[in-house]
Amino acid sequence: MKNEMKMEFDAISANEAFARVSVAAFVSELDPTVEEISDIKTAVSEAVTNAVIHGYEGIEGGKVNIRCVIEQDVLHVEVMDKGKGIEDIEKAMEPLFTTRPELNRSGMGFPFMEAFMDDLEVLSLPGKGTTVIMKKKIGCIPWIEDEE
Amino acid sequence: MGEEFKVIDHYLMVKMPEEIDHHKSSYISENADKLIVREQVNNVVFDFEDTKFMDSSGIGIILGRYKKIACFGGKVFAINTDNRIRHLLMISGLHKIVEIMD
Repeated sequence: MKNEMKMEFDAISANEAFARVSVAAFVSELDPTVEEISDIKTAVSEAVTNAVIHGYEGIEGGKVNIRCVIEQDVLHVEVMDKGKGIEDIEKAMEPLFTTRPELNRSGMGFPFMEAFMDDLEVLSLPGKGTTVIMKKKIGCIPWIEDEE
Repeated sequence: MGEEFKVIDHYLMVKMPEEIDHHKSSYISENADKLIVREQVNNVVFDFEDTKFMDSSGIGIILGRYKKIACFGGKVFAINTDNRIRHLLMISGLHKIVEIMD
């Protein structure tokens, strides 16, 4: 079974809820548990929030693209922005690291994506934008168990 | 300022919304900070009774308020937390600074 969905919306904070609910609705055909739905919503919310406040730094006019693919029982989610990009991806992914402490950011965005999805990949070019690629297997214990 | 903020005996009670994300977080943080200063609040209690969704913005709200009151010996409490909220507090290490009450 394969199914694909693409969406584009303005990079404003009001769309964070819309984005996570849309992805959760798309994955519903795999009959996920309440917990899996919460995991996906949290991870999508983190990625979209990053695009809004870091990628575009709150500047209006930016767009966020989401592409979701369901392949068998695995959900792939890509969250893309054409914002300023990330200088040091490794640093950005460290728990508690944030460039925006004044916004009450916790520095837990990437760690939460890692915790709630089975796989996380971050592609970024300064000045060009950032793409976050996440995967999650639905209806099973995490499929990547060789971490640590 | 809505009904979600109440000050009782130097305790600020914050009724957290159904969905806690970045979009909602500045409203909560700004209003809580105003009351912390104006009402000389010592401790902050976050009530998660209505909360069905939270991302790392919720962690930011708690951490930010903790930093405001901890230097004066204040404490932060979380009440009515479900398994999900407790899990989020644990993996971000916040259970070390937040007292989780049942």
